Amino acid sequence: MREPVFGAEARDYNAAPMTQANDTGATLGLPEGLTGEDLLDIYATMVLVRTLDERVWAMNRQGKAAIVASCQGHEAAQLASVWALRRHAPDYFLFPYYRDLAVLTAQGLTPNESLLGFLAKAGEPLSGARQFPQHGAMPERRVINPSNVVGTHVPQAVGWALSVKLSGAPTVVATYMGDGAMSQGEVHEAMNFAAVQRLPIIFLVENNKYATSTPLHKQMAIAHIADRAVAYGMPGVTVDGTDVLASYRAIAQAAERAASGGGPSLVELDVERYLPHTSDDDDTLYRDPAEIEEARKRDPMKHLSELLLGVGLLDAARDAELRANAKAEVDAATEAAEAAPFPPDDDVLAHVYEEQ
Amino acid sequence: MSTIIELPQVGESVTEGVIGKWLKQPGEHVDKYDPLVEVMTDKVNMEVPSPFTGTLIRTLVEEGDTVPMGQPIAEMDVEGGASSKPGNEGETYHSFAFNDAVRSVGPTGSGEGGHGRPDALQSTAAPPVRPARPVSEPGPLAGLSPLVRKLVAQHGVDVAQVTGTGMSGRITKNDVLRFVDSGAPDRGEAEAIADADATTTLALTPLRRTIAEHLSRAASEIPAAWSMVEADVTGLVANRDAHRESFEREYGVPLTYLPFAAHVVAKALGDNPRLNARWAGDHIVLNTAVNLSVAVSTDAGLTVPVVRDAGGLSVTELARRIHELTAAARSGSLMLDDVRDGTFTLNNTGALGSTVSVPIINHPQAAIVTTEAIVKRPVVVGADAIVVRSMMNVCLTFDHRVCDGAEAGAFLRDVKAGLEAIGPDVSLL
Amino acid sequence: MATMNVIEAVRSAMLEEMRRDDSVFVLGEDVGSRGGVFLATQGFVDEFGEARVIDTPLAESAIAGIAVGAAMRGHRPIAEVQFADFIWPTVNQLIGEAARIRYGSHNKVHVPLVVRCPYGGHVRGGLYHSQSVESYFAHTPGLKVVAPSTPYDAKGLLKAAIRADDPVIVLEHKRTYRSVRGEVPDDDYTVPIGVADLKRQGTEVTIVTYGLTVHYALQAAEELAGEGADVEVLDLRTLSPIDEEAVLTSVRKTNRLLVVHEDNRTGGLGAEVSAIAAEGAFDSLDAPIMRCTGPDIPSMPFAPTLEAAFMPTADKIAEALRRLLAY
Repeated sequence: MREPVFGAEARDYNAAPMTQANDTGATLGLPEGLTGEDLLDIYATMVLVRTLDERVWAMNRQGKAAIVASCQGHEAAQLASVWALRRHAPDYFLFPYYRDLAVLTAQGLTPNESLLGFLAKAGEPLSGARQFPQHGAMPERRVINPSNVVGTHVPQAVGWALSVKLSGAPTVVATYMGDGAMSQGEVHEAMNFAAVQRLPIIFLVENNKYATSTPLHKQMAIAHIADRAVAYGMPGVTVDGTDVLASYRAIAQAAERAASGGGPSLVELDVERYLPHTSDDDDTLYRDPAEIEEARKRDPMKHLSELLLGVGLLDAARDAELRANAKAEVDAATEAAEAAPFPPDDDVLAHVYEEQ
Repeated sequence: MSTIIELPQVGESVTEGVIGKWLKQPGEHVDKYDPLVEVMTDKVNMEVPSPFTGTLIRTLVEEGDTVPMGQPIAEMDVEGGASSKPGNEGETYHSFAFNDAVRSVGPTGSGEGGHGRPDALQSTAAPPVRPARPVSEPGPLAGLSPLVRKLVAQHGVDVAQVTGTGMSGRITKNDVLRFVDSGAPDRGEAEAIADADATTTLALTPLRRTIAEHLSRAASEIPAAWSMVEADVTGLVANRDAHRESFEREYGVPLTYLPFAAHVVAKALGDNPRLNARWAGDHIVLNTAVNLSVAVSTDAGLTVPVVRDAGGLSVTELARRIHELTAAARSGSLMLDDVRDGTFTLNNTGALGSTVSVPIINHPQAAIVTTEAIVKRPVVVGADAIVVRSMMNVCLTFDHRVCDGAEAGAFLRDVKAGLEAIGPDVSLL
Repeated sequence: MATMNVIEAVRSAMLEEMRRDDSVFVLGEDVGSRGGVFLATQGFVDEFGEARVIDTPLAESAIAGIAVGAAMRGHRPIAEVQFADFIWPTVNQLIGEAARIRYGSHNKVHVPLVVRCPYGGHVRGGLYHSQSVESYFAHTPGLKVVAPSTPYDAKGLLKAAIRADDPVIVLEHKRTYRSVRGEVPDDDYTVPIGVADLKRQGTEVTIVTYGLTVHYALQAAEELAGEGADVEVLDLRTLSPIDEEAVLTSVRKTNRLLVVHEDNRTGGLGAEVSAIAAEGAFDSLDAPIMRCTGPDIPSMPFAPTLEAAFMPTADKIAEALRRLLAY
């Protein structure tokens, strides 16, 4: 079969240079493949994503961004996954879900492009503003997120992995979902099929313990989603999703397993959701403010900055600089996106079929 | 007795089977449900159980034969002489003879140049296209919607006269109805065109044109004669005055002299059928029913709706029906049945102040009558007494081919008598 | 040229495409060693191996979703749904997802998949082996739906569907599988999607139909020919997009239209064809457009008498034709 070619300007994230392990790395006990510089990159990305996330939430409250799903609390899990795949899979492809702003940013979606999506402007790269922000496809950046219906992308990701296996490509597929999706029948069918066919795929579950308003104990009678993996014949592990290193380790292992023909894995990343489900949700109706306060204490950005400050990879000045840079970048992106035009009306009929 | 056993239809959409090993041999006893023969089909491999108890006489097909389901495969001597066919638990599968030759008969005539879009391997040579049934020249009704065609036929409209206001000049329902009773809206009232000679030209509305043609025809074809009587309607006036208010209150309809006149005229026509007739060239047609055409003036001209079977209606019923028709005429909503089949016309010219009229017959009828204005006049009653009475003239134009002065006079006498008989206490029902 | 039945034509189409293009593969229940319950894939696993002829677990929504994912990457999966009656779990992936992916990604990715299934009744299939499902899919922009009636059309349309870069639902009437035979060319050919076909030329009335009822309509036409009426039969072949031009051309010629389908009446494709004809050929119509369809009850009851009462058979179609011609 002719291998798919996804666009001319593919930014090759696999070609990121491997920085040498240094003393700091040894001190930190970093997992194989991850350096101190990588951690700083991850932190800088986290700061950028957090700034962007807070900005679009504010823009929603200003009436400018129609719908926002925040990824605050999930950043470490998401960024760890991308770095782990870069370092431990020869090639990878991602099927994220609606809360994965950090994944998309790590895959090259710029703040400006993100904002074009939130403001539904022309030039939005995933869907031409036909879909909710962050939905559509940018296969040249190795991301497909076809719809915001919960769980539907999971069998599709398995199909992608089947295609990978049929063509003998060295790609590892990762698909992301929340705890809510783990109740959807199709997701179970997909995991079953992936295990039966021993496909190179990782099921990444960002468990923030709420499916909109439904707490975990009303969704399942078990305590750990990872326990379901064994039922399908694949390994499953639960890790602290707010800890970059723990998340990285687990996902790296899953990536190696998939890459070496060992089949699928499930990695449950235990995270917290500080904000409501989306900008249209009122979590005061079902969540105790004290509980949210507790949850905020598990802040991946705080954890990582403390870690980096602690080992001297980061100082207060550098931290302030990072934050200032992030704000400047997001400010500039906001301005540009606000000035950008909407897609033209005559675009509305295009691309239903190949011939139109 | 000898019974044929058929290969049963087993398996969804399966139509044939391949015979395998015969499990019973000719001459062998067979119990019902004993396996008889192996059969292989696309869906299943099976053993066919015997439908009967008896002795197998002979097999009709051999191992390896492909047999359509339903075909005989064996003959059996059935114990107890069972009927030759199993009962109606039978028809498991509706049979239908599919035709192998079903294929494309050519392009659909659509696509570029009407050659259609043939498939890659089908013949691109145009197949012999059978000519469509010869279509007659598109007649005058071509391009009109079914509803418009119906209205055109009902009203006898000359389509060429009607201006269409629909898309691309299409004639719509409203265009036809407007044409029929109040003139085309595009012309509106006759346009006045200033003329250099200080005269004014009025363009003809379709209605005016119709009236002109109709009456010209009547005038030229019918040898018309005229007569008149006077009627003492003092009693009628009193009757109407007495009943007016309550009538209007009860029926929401004003009470004029017209329904009284219609009632009298309809009865008189019943007694004088020669006036309710028409000239038919080589014979005269006497109409059975009295369908009274009642002249109504509207803003755009004269309309003559018909009260059907007026002979059977009371004054009250006539008043209400005439009111309905008048309203419909004025609002342009008369239907076909409202304007056809009139047999005699009544025109209440008196409403316009006339005391004597010479009406023109409403072709193809035989006569027309007018009721003139009611005027108080001194008249002689008894030997020489002079009293003031309400007097009304009744004028009649009649087709002299259909009847003579005698019949006309008799009719008018009856109308006069009828009107004069209406006293103040006569019921309207 | 060879004469074959519809299931052989279907099998032949898939064989040829799988040999021609190694991105084509088959997945579904019992398609491997069993060769498919209607034997559509008989012999495939021996020729192409288990990797390209995949026996899936009993999970239609996964079959569809996995096919969508593989198609997005560039394979051309042919997903078999064993009976159209089992297609409902796939609706989420086919109607909700596959139909919208090209549009929703602004043409960045597309879904060249085929879902094929046996549909239709008059085979004593009861309520769950007889359903017609086309309306739901034909109503969905982004999907294409085809329903061949002959072996020639079945092979050509399936090949076209496999080669198409959009998701195509291929509905094969199970009654035609073995009962309908016809000539099929030996060399490579396709039947274009979106093109209807004249199966009988006529001048007085047009029947627009598809699937099994094409054959019943042809028989009704023959019966009416014996009574002096000249009936045209237009086989839609593609249900989405409907070949509007073919419908209008025929109606403008014959001036009377009878739409026939086995599917339930309300919201069936007969309504769509009727609207097309009314909008586009109003001035050509000499009589109201009529439909002869299955009734609005779950299709189809198991008892043979009830099933026959449901089905638009040749005699019912003939009756409808007589009524229409007499208008």
